[in-house]
Amino acid sequence: MEQYYFHSVTLDTSKCKGCTNCIKYCPTEAIRVRNGKAVIIKERCIDCGLCIRICPYHAKKAVTDPLESIKNYKFKIALPAPTLYGQFGPDYTRERIVSALKQYGFDYVFEVARAAEIVTNATEYYMANKEIKKPVISSACPAVVRFIQIRFPNLIDNLLRIESPMEVAAALSRQEVNEKYGIPLDEIGVFFISPCAAKVTSVKAPYENRKSNVDGVLSIKDIFLPLLGIMKKQGDITSEPFSLSSAIGVSWAVTGGESSAIKEGRRIAVHGIHSVNDILEQAVKGNLDNIDFLEVLACPEGCLGGPLVVENPFIAKVNINNEIAKIAKNQAHRVLPKHKDVKEFEWKSTVEYRPIMKLDDDMMKALEKMNMIDVITEGFLGLDCGACGAPSCRALAEDIVRGDAKETDCIFKLREKVNSIAHQLHQIESAGSMSDDNK
Amino acid sequence: MSSVVVRDYIIPANDFTIAGDASSNVRKILSQIGVAPDIVKRTSIAMYEAEINAVIHGNGGQAHVEIDENKIVIIISDQGPGIADLELAMQEGYSTAPDSIREMGFGAGMGLSNIKKNSDILEIKTAVNEGTTVYITVFFK
Ligand SMILES: Nc1ncnc2c1ncn2[C@@H]1O[C@H](COP(=O)(O)OP(=O)(O)O)[C@@H](O)[C@H]1O
Ligand code: SF4
Ligand code: SF4
Ligand SMILES: [Mg+2]
Repeated sequence: MEQYYFHSVTLDTSKCKGCTNCIKYCPTEAIRVRNGKAVIIKERCIDCGLCIRICPYHAKKAVTDPLESIKNYKFKIALPAPTLYGQFGPDYTRERIVSALKQYGFDYVFEVARAAEIVTNATEYYMANKEIKKPVISSACPAVVRFIQIRFPNLIDNLLRIESPMEVAAALSRQEVNEKYGIPLDEIGVFFISPCAAKVTSVKAPYENRKSNVDGVLSIKDIFLPLLGIMKKQGDITSEPFSLSSAIGVSWAVTGGESSAIKEGRRIAVHGIHSVNDILEQAVKGNLDNIDFLEVLACPEGCLGGPLVVENPFIAKVNINNEIAKIAKNQAHRVLPKHKDVKEFEWKSTVEYRPIMKLDDDMMKALEKMNMIDVITEGFLGLDCGACGAPSCRALAEDIVRGDAKETDCIFKLREKVNSIAHQLHQIESAGSMSDDNK
Repeated sequence: MSSVVVRDYIIPANDFTIAGDASSNVRKILSQIGVAPDIVKRTSIAMYEAEINAVIHGNGGQAHVEIDENKIVIIISDQGPGIADLELAMQEGYSTAPDSIREMGFGAGMGLSNIKKNSDILEIKTAVNEGTTVYITVFFK
């Protein structure tokens, strides 16, 4: 059965120069340069967004829904990721940003930060169960979940089996609006305002056969200028009542936010997909058995470093931290909302191992292929130069054995071949001229 | 093409930064040939512990791995001090690791029993002052 893959991360062919800068960085070796252009192997891409950051020609992009798509719904709900609050600088408070969203055309704003607090509650509840596998690995970053599905099947059982704050926010806000205002469910459009490409993918193509509660994903980049324009003209906003989340939820945007929100246990926070790979390697070896909670985020500096943000993540961090400091002073925001039943946010099904690195379904053949790869790799110079379009000599050998490339894609092999043809031609020629002489 | 995959690794003495590289590499190979994740896990735990023992107790050594469609055989050998009382060494919690090693989180004395638990066949040949060789077999079915 042909599997359908949607990916937010895609290539703009017209901008790609085929420079091969991106191929070595991809954590799943998903990129090849073929015929002078990058191609993403769909089965392997986890939408981590690293190639977007790496490409010097901005040829990699993340597809999101256009801002106009909110017009498709009568009642529009905005779910701002807490990262949004870090984008605008000290004058633009959370209150101003939230009311700007309403002025922009949203009928209702539900902070994802609020849902993050509920997820924190649910996590504490979940962690109290002595039976669960430690370390519990955060499942909030969809790129990391997909990475684990591909590379670390043994850690699937360690994943926190609780919906992400985005999904919780979507479900709760839809329900709130339906109950409070009596708006029919099919007239409600729920839009996540995202720093992240992987979230787009998790909405359009959720893990296994789940259904997302989010109707559309807008990028922070796209909505940044419209919001800024509104805020510049914004008058007094204090008249509008807000039920804003506490510091705990907002701090989820910053690395260490999710893990320090949980009150107990040994917790570590790791960000950047290659560092995440290293820590997961430690986890499979059993070296983290004395760790209770592992926060893992694919982007450097966590969601603040997502591919769809505008502000430099370190500047955004200062903005967010200032906002958090303000909330901390305000007692009213300090109480963590205890949601009635956290169990309702637990995953209904698990995610599955995706053995896409497997060489063949028949183990005998897979072993033979492995040996072929060894032999072919040995024949290469081992420079991992990337000129063939594969990230390493071994990766090219693998592609050859899988039938996706040929040996002469290696420029050194090609040169050898050209030399030997030239040599043969030369021999034929001199043989020919000899017979000419004999005439 | 032969359908037995063979690998040889050098295990350097006292280098904790690369200790475990061989077992990580084997884990990747097993996943690529389609071995079930739980068996991959058992194999890599057993191999990792034996690798670490060669690093900590055996002054380094070498690993030889053979994989066919039924099983993996891992042979980890060193030319270190050997084990005087193997029965004692196999006991859970028994360790001669010095404090410096324990501070790094190794030396809980669970290694050999973990290897035993996670392998299908375990054989250890050891002689004082000559060295230790650990033979681990894990079946795929
Ligand atoms: N390769 C080896 N060479 C010498 N001694 C060893 C070797 N492997 C294990 N031992 C001895 O057996 C003991 C128990 O090993 P193990 O169960 O792995 O615990 P640990 O490594 O935590 O000490 C070690 O403390 C050591 O005295
Ligand atoms: S980095 Fe990759 S996507 Fe960007 S131009 Fe080079 S080959 Fe193309
Ligand atoms: S988004 Fe990440 S996984 Fe996908 S191709 Fe780019 S670097 Fe590779
Ligand atoms: Mg040991």
